[in-house]
Amino acid sequence: MSSERELFRTDDSQVLTETRDARMSGQGDRFNSKLREAFGSSPFILTKFDKFMNWVRGSSMFMLQFGIACCSIEMMHTYAVKHDLDRFHAGVPRASPRQADVMIVPGTIVSKFAPRMKRVYDQMPEPKFVVGMGSCTISGGPFQEGYNVIKGAEEVIPVDIHVPGCPPRPEALVYGVAKLQERIANGEAAPVTVKPYELEQFGDLERDEIVDELASEIDEEDLVMRYNWADSP
Amino acid sequence: MSLQEESETPEIESGETELEALLDDLIVDTDDHENAPAFVIRPDTVQETLGRLKNEAGYDHLSLVTAEEYPDRYESIYHLKKFDDPTDEVSIVVPTDSENPVSESAEPVFRTADWHEREAYDLVGIEYDDHPDLRRILLPETWQGHPMGLDYDQDRPQMVPLRENANPLQDDHRSDADSDTMFVNIGPHHPATHGVLHLETTLDGEQVVDVEPDIGYLHRNEEQMAQNGTYRHQIMPYPDRWDYISAGLLNEWAYARAAEDLADIEVPEYAQIIRTMGAELCRIAAHMLAVGTFALDIYGDFTAIFMYAIRDREKAQNILEDLTGQRLMFNYFRLGGVVWDLPEPREEFFEKVRTFVNEIPDALEEYHDLITSNEILQMRTVGTGILPEEVAKNYGATGPVARGSGIDYDIRRDDPYGYYDELDWEVPVEDGCDNFSRLLVRMREVEESAKIIEQCVDLLEDWPEDERNIQANVPRTLRPDDDKEIYRTVEGAKGELGVYIRADGTEKPARFKIRSPCFSNLQTLPEMSNGEYIPDMIAALGSLDIVLGEVDR
Ligand code: SF4
Repeated sequence: MSSERELFRTDDSQVLTETRDARMSGQGDRFNSKLREAFGSSPFILTKFDKFMNWVRGSSMFMLQFGIACCSIEMMHTYAVKHDLDRFHAGVPRASPRQADVMIVPGTIVSKFAPRMKRVYDQMPEPKFVVGMGSCTISGGPFQEGYNVIKGAEEVIPVDIHVPGCPPRPEALVYGVAKLQERIANGEAAPVTVKPYELEQFGDLERDEIVDELASEIDEEDLVMRYNWADSP
Repeated sequence: MSLQEESETPEIESGETELEALLDDLIVDTDDHENAPAFVIRPDTVQETLGRLKNEAGYDHLSLVTAEEYPDRYESIYHLKKFDDPTDEVSIVVPTDSENPVSESAEPVFRTADWHEREAYDLVGIEYDDHPDLRRILLPETWQGHPMGLDYDQDRPQMVPLRENANPLQDDHRSDADSDTMFVNIGPHHPATHGVLHLETTLDGEQVVDVEPDIGYLHRNEEQMAQNGTYRHQIMPYPDRWDYISAGLLNEWAYARAAEDLADIEVPEYAQIIRTMGAELCRIAAHMLAVGTFALDIYGDFTAIFMYAIRDREKAQNILEDLTGQRLMFNYFRLGGVVWDLPEPREEFFEKVRTFVNEIPDALEEYHDLITSNEILQMRTVGTGILPEEVAKNYGATGPVARGSGIDYDIRRDDPYGYYDELDWEVPVEDGCDNFSRLLVRMREVEESAKIIEQCVDLLEDWPEDERNIQANVPRTLRPDDDKEIYRTVEGAKGELGVYIRADGTEKPARFKIRSPCFSNLQTLPEMSNGEYIPDMIAALGSLDIVLGEVDR
């Protein structure tokens, strides 16, 4: 419990965490600029500038207009009147991933959609952030035991903030977004997680039974996503 | 509900003999489904049988095709109805052997069978002879095995390629070197597709030559989930997630109706009224979103209409939250009634509902000002997306889509359940067959729903305090008799929503099949938009008001 709370501490002195160290050393780096490379790790001016930039990033987030399943209905309510996410510097839904900073993943991800979602995520410019909305993006939610549902968005793309609920109330989503802003402003972002469902070129895949079976159907150049259902949590 | 069944029985019986005479040489065996007589036929006489039933006996609505695997055979069941009288049903059962499950396709008789049979092939593994395009529909093309089959191994790895989504602007996406057509992918991530729908579109200039909906991006194995749950409590949460646009109670009713009839549960009158009221509140919320997003599609209006629609939805959701405790996934129905009574203090709740209902005419006035009397919208919607009545019937279109094409068909009135037949309301029908008519039908339905709610509130208010019975006595574990089969439908927000259940004597259904109205409605999209401009196709798609959770299930 207490260690979890630690994670969301807003006190500036506490935010130099492992994640940040990893980022500074180039691992999982989502902020590093050419400028920073030229100046070395943390000269005073750039540190201040970084702070400023992070604050700017957190205060003007363009959201990707991305509807998947039931949670997207509540997401729409969050954008619209009454809850009005705009008030929190995070309202403008962008239809194109190339203009978006934040992707809210609102719903269940199934086998056919996972590669598309990865593609959309890859198309977003850095730095980018992901808010997982609903139980489905945490574990597959109510469909966890199904034959076609990915057990959480984290299997496919890294997620910064999870908002639990089925669906979460708009207030909860606003809270999640506010937390994300807080973390961005503090220079915190989730480490890039391991992705078991990596897209691979078909030709490079290790030959096994299923690969052999599909060899005639799939082009060598195609990107494929492989689901090892037995191993996923 | 059993009352109404009694009144049905003689009718069916008289029909049954006639049908037997009509199909005399084709019937191999008869079966008895709870809802209708069932005839078993040979797999090579499907077209003949369905053709006779359609042309000579008037069964013009193929509501659902259910496929299932038994240890010794496969079975496809064609559930037929009449658009004139949905209580007049007949089921055609087509067994095929398990070694070589091939059966004749019904597609030449009913266009709608196309997708239904593709789904049966995809999930269960029955092959249909003479089918125009037997491919997987919900699962990726490279999927191994048929997941609703008996020996499917859920743990085996699967692979999904990403080839369909290549960049449409590349040269090689012209359909062939010197033609003028171009191939464009719309979706699965595109704001105009209302979710994760993928439209494979071939364009000639700005006109649509061919559009093919590619679905399955939200196939959440709802049927498997229902088959893994126990009747009493574990299935009810899932219907909320079929049509998730606040239509939860309408969907729950589909399951409740089927399961209650299956287990002979009588729902107390008081609970029926609460159900009716809640369901109509859901319908208003669902139609509001349909109207709002339609305006969004037509003139990209993210401001006034969409926000107004959301505002009115919020009001409906607030009431539903008071009633059920949730904003979206209500889980409020129980077999035999509802989970709890109206919230206290009751007067305050009634007051709230009344205020909401009384505001509806004014709100609609506002919408009509903004939408239907707007010249731009009229230009975009009147006379576009034409869906003639016969075509709509052939595709099994229901709900506002059918009613916008002049088909006077509403399960609430024609096959009454709940408290609808005691109340005073009308079924709006428009015969323009275009996008505008479908919009008008939805807006008029909101008005009718408001009427229904008002009457329900009046009834509930005067209900004697000691007769507020919200739940029938239902055993803790339900075990309907072995081999009992039932197919029941209700009027969901998008049309005829049905559930087929086969019981096997245990506490879980052996087969649970969902008839989704959007699945059939979406199938009409090519009919409406081939040869039209792209913007008209988008308008047509918007007017269908699909929700992918229900299309894919
Ligand atoms: S978490 Fe619940 S509400 Fe959200 S997408 Fe999943 S099932 Fe739907």
